[in-house]
Amino acid sequence: MKLNLKIWRQKNNKTKGKIQDYILDGVEEDMSFLEMLDFLNNKLLNEGGEPVAFDHDCREGICGSCSLFINGVAHGPERGTTTCQLHMRKFKDGDTIFIEPFRSRAFPVIKDLIVDRSSFDRIQQAGAYVSVNTSGNTQDANAIPVSKEDADEAFNSATCIGCGACVASCKNSSAMLFTAAKISQYSLLPQGKVERKQRALNMVKQMDLEGFGACTNTGACEAQCPKEISIKNIARMNREYLMANIKK
Amino acid sequence: MLKSSIGRKFLMALSGLFLIVFLTQHFIINITSVFPDDGKTFNALSHFMGNNLIVQFVLQPVLILGVMVHFSLGIYLEIQNQRSRQVSYVKRSINNGASWASRNMIISGLVILSFLIMHFYDFWVPEIMYKYVDHNPLDEHRYFHELQVKFQELFRVVIYCVSFILLALHLLHGFSSSMQSMGITKGPIKLVSTLFAVIIPAGFIFIAIFHYI
Repeated sequence: MKLNLKIWRQKNNKTKGKIQDYILDGVEEDMSFLEMLDFLNNKLLNEGGEPVAFDHDCREGICGSCSLFINGVAHGPERGTTTCQLHMRKFKDGDTIFIEPFRSRAFPVIKDLIVDRSSFDRIQQAGAYVSVNTSGNTQDANAIPVSKEDADEAFNSATCIGCGACVASCKNSSAMLFTAAKISQYSLLPQGKVERKQRALNMVKQMDLEGFGACTNTGACEAQCPKEISIKNIARMNREYLMANIKK
Repeated sequence: MLKSSIGRKFLMALSGLFLIVFLTQHFIINITSVFPDDGKTFNALSHFMGNNLIVQFVLQPVLILGVMVHFSLGIYLEIQNQRSRQVSYVKRSINNGASWASRNMIISGLVILSFLIMHFYDFWVPEIMYKYVDHNPLDEHRYFHELQVKFQELFRVVIYCVSFILLALHLLHGFSSSMQSMGITKGPIKLVSTLFAVIIPAGFIFIAIFHYI
């Protein structure tokens, strides 16, 4: 198939970027979206041009590296999948495809389609962990009873891959779904309950410091999350944060 | 806590829920104006609300404070949220999985604010002038007549109807959203908020049209 690609090109975060047009012929429907970009880059390199920079790693929907805003939707038109899981059979011959980086003040563009998502790392470092005594006497996690409901819910929250689609799709560029998923993952489990107050306070504080917007509960994050994390996690985070302030 | 994004959301939700309680109370009084008793019930309730010391000097200032907090914080948060994305997308899906009502709370909110200014000018200012500036004698039978006079003008009825449609949209998202902001997810929140968002504004529209006809 032949595609008209409109790709955001930006040298670095100091310069302004713009959309550049590329006509790409010979795209096969079995290619993944990232393979299509590889195909384009090969063509650009053969022609002596500058390849399009984009993030990728596992290419199997686990790492959360590939994060593109495709035709106005985070990770493209297929629900519940990452960009690397999107295949060209979802498009038609002659289609025009807009490809942009995830946009947020807290996700500055590094180059072309690559953005700096280290703000997510700093939020996690603020409290998304369990302090464990590693002296050799650590209790086996499996010896602590956890109800099936809580375990399932915590696991669902833990499926967040930190790709940033929630931020990209939110009109306020809010990172609350991400932060809420990380807080929920621990607060639902007995091991995580010990530090729940500090976790909620510290992670929310860091989230605000990074410059993300505030959630207005539109649900766009949930709709475009490749792991379909529920916004009920945000309600849980609100509860955790409010209770942590009351019991401080 | 109120300096944090969640704290501000909480305050927004709390003030919104307070205004919902006030709106319900306002509706209950207004709906009595369509009772077939020549405004007797409406006059009695209006006279009570307009002359009870607790309502006038405790609840009324709290209500004004609630309105000011809700609107000023809403506008402030909207500006803050706009700043969190400095470069806009060239192409963006129209709704991104979110309803029009949820994406445009600032628009419906500003329409409601404009309506409130008009509503205050129409009813609240003349009432304050009547009682506290001109020091007129108490007349517990005037309220129903004043209401009927106001709704004889078509432009006012149209503005009321449009404003209440926007209020319905605002409530459609705002009610359930306030619960989410306060961390409440259990119970039939969506159903209750949808019913409230439809019934109360539709009731106010009915009252306006009833008196116009």
